[in-house]
Amino acid sequence: MRDTFARTLYKAGKANPKVCIVVADISPAGSMAAFREEFPARFVNVGVAEQNMIGLCAGLALRGYKPFAYTIATFSIYRPFEFVRDDICYQNLPVTVVGIGGGVTYSTLGGTHHAQEDVAVMSALPNMSILAPCDPLETEFATDHSAKYTSPLYLRLGKAGEPKLSEHAPDPWVFGKVRTLRAGSDVCIFAYGPIMKMAFDVADALEKRGKRVRVVSVHTLKPLDTAGIAELLRAHPAAVVIEEHSSQGGLAGKVKQIAWDAGARCSLKTFSLQDEFIHVHGSHADLLAAHGLEAGAIVRALT
Amino acid sequence: MSDTFARSTFNADVSAKRCLALRRRILEMSQTVSALHIAGAFSCLEMVEMIYFHFMRRAGKESPDTFLLSKGHGCLSQYTSLEMLGILQRSDIEGYCKPGGFLGTHPDYRVKAGIEASTGSLGHGLTMAIGMAYADKLDGKDRDVYVVMSDGELQEGSVWEGILLAPALKVNRLTAFVDCNDFQSLGRTSETYPNFYPVPEKLRAFGWECVEINGHSATEIHRAVTSREGTRPLMIVGRTTKGRGVSYMENVPIWHYRSPSPAEYQQAIEGLREVRG
Repeated sequence: MRDTFARTLYKAGKANPKVCIVVADISPAGSMAAFREEFPARFVNVGVAEQNMIGLCAGLALRGYKPFAYTIATFSIYRPFEFVRDDICYQNLPVTVVGIGGGVTYSTLGGTHHAQEDVAVMSALPNMSILAPCDPLETEFATDHSAKYTSPLYLRLGKAGEPKLSEHAPDPWVFGKVRTLRAGSDVCIFAYGPIMKMAFDVADALEKRGKRVRVVSVHTLKPLDTAGIAELLRAHPAAVVIEEHSSQGGLAGKVKQIAWDAGARCSLKTFSLQDEFIHVHGSHADLLAAHGLEAGAIVRALT
Repeated sequence: MSDTFARSTFNADVSAKRCLALRRRILEMSQTVSALHIAGAFSCLEMVEMIYFHFMRRAGKESPDTFLLSKGHGCLSQYTSLEMLGILQRSDIEGYCKPGGFLGTHPDYRVKAGIEASTGSLGHGLTMAIGMAYADKLDGKDRDVYVVMSDGELQEGSVWEGILLAPALKVNRLTAFVDCNDFQSLGRTSETYPNFYPVPEKLRAFGWECVEINGHSATEIHRAVTSREGTRPLMIVGRTTKGRGVSYMENVPIWHYRSPSPAEYQQAIEGLREVRG
């Protein structure tokens, strides 16, 4: 996912001389290194100074540039939060803030590196849009879109090694629209980001039990496709939300709100991270499991 | 661009007269709203006047150069200058802090009105100015960027991130002014952080060109900018007096917020004199 982002951004930067990258002391691996080598003036490392990163992007954007701020999610939005809010959102500037390791991807690094409430925090900001691709293929779409987008955007990425899940999706990727990755009619699972793999595992298990399961990527969390979600809620007898995000202010609560507003009659079960910090040190899967996000447990809860 | 835009000729007398008129206009505005930052506008007025009316090159209302008021609460100095330049209209000023108007007690981004960035939260203007100056450098543009900060603002950590960054990016068309009036909301800035003074040696250690001057002297402001080496970002530390120009406001903290009563307004208007350093 990270490499796809870098490769796509490199292409965008080659095509558009206004694309620039501002990083805060994060290693420019892969294609990011190529961008740095080929366009050194448009690649700025501000060091361990995230307020600088966002403020500099705002200044560049005020002069017509298309900046990408890039570092680990907690440092790209939490540390310089007021700069994201005032400099970028309040002035409605075309800056993309990239958060690597959204959710608890950086499992062993501890709670200081877990962005488990990032969608809630960014959703609350006027003018901000949020993209959270589920695999490298969606990352390419999302990055391409970001490079052309004219307003603030938070691009929530995982880390690396995510499998390609959207390769055979019947729906195209369209900004602001939910996207069916695999079709089904009994159960509709909504998910976004790298936890999509778990959604697929849950779908596989339910299908073995005779259910036809639709899996939907909510890659655009803001603006949220309220009409698209309402339609799916009305079309299925059962709906499920699986997200690598706190239960506070994530997709789960929003889908419940849409269900109420739409008068949906389906069952609706949601699986999110708990509203607690995680003091577990282990694999990414270990941390998710500590908060109940594990395919087997979800299947048991659904059957 | 530089062929058609030009700086006005420097004349200290003209600047002093203009500042007198701006102070009078700010006092007039003080009679329309109950709370404003009048004293902080008076302390940076000579620096703002010199930027707008002398340093920024102009062709009519247009300028290739940029001014950001990072100490956004001093915006009465900015609004009245923009009005005098014809960029803001009298009706815009009359809408100050009123429904339907677009001017508040902190500047809100509106390029056509001469407000090139939103400020108000301290510690944001410098890094945005660096970003603009760096973009100009990338584009090979002949543009200067001016920013005015407060001395209290230099307590923000983000300012020091910017102070590190500007020399590293070699933004030598950036000129930052510090309105060193030695006051913040709760008292003397020098009492909050005694070791902050003297300021210039800190900036020089970070790679800036830095001079300390009398911030109310147009002549000293002029000399500081025109004699710059030009190879590094420049910080001008202007020693100023909060509330300068109205005797009873000078160095009296309440005037950070308060508007004068009609009687106090009359007294202020009658006591106004040209400020000469």
